[in-house]
This record gives sequence, structure tokens and C-alpha cells, in this order.
Amino acid sequence: MKRFAMFWWDFLVGDDWRVAVGIAIGFGLTAILAATSVPAWWLLPLAVAAVLWLSLRRVVP
Amino acid sequence: MSAFLASAVETVEALTIVLAMGITRGWRSTLTGAAAAGLALAAIVAALGPALTVIPIDVLRLVVGALLLVFGLQWLRKAILRASGWRAVRDEGAVFERERAAARTAPHQERAGLDWYAFTISFKGVLLEGLEVAFIVLTFGTTQGSIGLAVIGAVAAVVLVVIAGVVVREPLSRVPENTLAFAVGVMLTTFGIFWGAEGAGVDWPGGDASLPAVLGFVLLVSLGYVSALRRRKLMPA
Repeated sequence: MKRFAMFWWDFLVGDDWRVAVGIAIGFGLTAILAATSVPAWWLLPLAVAAVLWLSLRRVVP
Repeated sequence: MSAFLASAVETVEALTIVLAMGITRGWRSTLTGAAAAGLALAAIVAALGPALTVIPIDVLRLVVGALLLVFGLQWLRKAILRASGWRAVRDEGAVFERERAAARTAPHQERAGLDWYAFTISFKGVLLEGLEVAFIVLTFGTTQGSIGLAVIGAVAAVVLVVIAGVVVREPLSRVPENTLAFAVGVMLTTFGIFWGAEGAGVDWPGGDASLPAVLGFVLLVSLGYVSALRRRKLMPA
């Protein structure tokens, strides 16, 4: 059971769990902004770019 | 196109394992394992495909967007690190030799008339490499309303790569795997952003017409990161 759970964790989350958390936060903020009158389309692309850079910088000193 | 490219990359990797097993331990058990994994993947797509179509479209876009982003960023992150020299490029020849060495020393155990080692390694190799492709087929297929087309793209890549493998009879080391992985990462991330944002309630300016702009943004950012990390690699310590 533990190995099964580990497999799915590795499959869905991969090397860096912070990426999955960052994406979840990005979606949350986008949904909140989209509920207002302010355009929200720009937020997720910038959030994804930032999450990717932070994840890369964890590997690159 | 995304399903085709992702399938091509994963098939090259699975083919290396299957070739190593087949040449070292014999083809019957190896091909039985690969075929069983192929059937399992087909069953996953056939079972989950219809189930996904009953989910409301906004929820589906959010779930699909999140999945594509998680997968896409994993592909892109690895491809950027490899392209900038911070991670070794996958060497199919080395993987092939490693698998062959392990296959030579593994004990022979027969179950159901099969060499169990060759069967399980081949089965696991094909299933694990193919599972992500199955999810990509499902996500693209359901969101664009044509799982069949995504399946055809993925199967076409498998057929092409297997034919190439049969012709050269060795791992496909010369396939530009990282370039393909980079392209897959860019596409998955683009569609993940686009559909995920729609699912979160975003109205894209110009509707679907903004998709190429998102693609351009992801591509430019990714190439910029490769360039920045390359410069950092060349900097004296």
C-alpha cells in the first residue's frame, strides 16, 4: 500500500513537491482574481514562470 | 501533436528496456510482458475516457489544466536542466548496457511458462513509460472532444519508434530525446495554463486566439531560462 502511494506521489508530484504547491496557489489566486472585475488572465502564466524558475534554482546553485 | 511527441519520447525509453531484455533473456517472455502492459494501458484509457466525459467542462478544464501543468513542468524542468548542462542527458546506450548486465545476472525463474524476470521488467518498463502518455491522451482527448485522435497520435509514434528499433536493432541513441522532451514540456505547460485558467474562471482576451501567445510566452521563458542557466554554468566558481 505504501509503495502504491509512493508511486502515485512520484508520478503526480515528481522531483519537487513545491511545483505542485506553487501551481495550486497559482490556481487559487487566479480564481480569486477572476471573481472580481480585474482581468485575471495574466496571473497564471506569470505564476507558472516564477514557480519554474524557483524550482530550477533549487538545483542550480 | 503533444500525444505523438510524448509517446515518441516514452517509447524510445521503453524500447531500450525491451531490447535489452529480448536480446539477453529471449523474446517470448519479453514481448508477452510488453504486450500485457500495452493492454493494461489500453484498458486504462478505455475505462477512464468515458468517465471523464461526464465531468462538467469547467471542472474538467481545471483538473486537466492542473494535471498538464504538473506533468508539463516536470518535463520542462528536466529538459531545461539538461539543455543548460546542469543535468546529464539521458544516454540510451548506457541504460541498455545497464539493463543487459542486470538481466545476465538475474536468476531464471519460470512462472506460467515464462521467464518471469524478462516478463516483469518488460511489463513494468512499458507500463511506467506509457502511463504518462495515457494520461496525456486522456486529458487532451477529453478536453478537445476526441480521445480517438489523441490515441491515433500516440499509437503512430509507438509504431514509428518500434519500426526504427527493429531496423537498427539497438537503442535509439540518436533520437534528439531532450529536444522532443523540451517541446512536449512547452506544449503541456501551454495547454495546462490555458485550460487551467479557463477552469478557474478566466476569460482569455480573444478567446482561443490567445493560445499562440501563451505558447510563445512559455517558449520564450523556457529558452530564456536555458540561456540564463548556461551562462551560470560557464561562470567561474
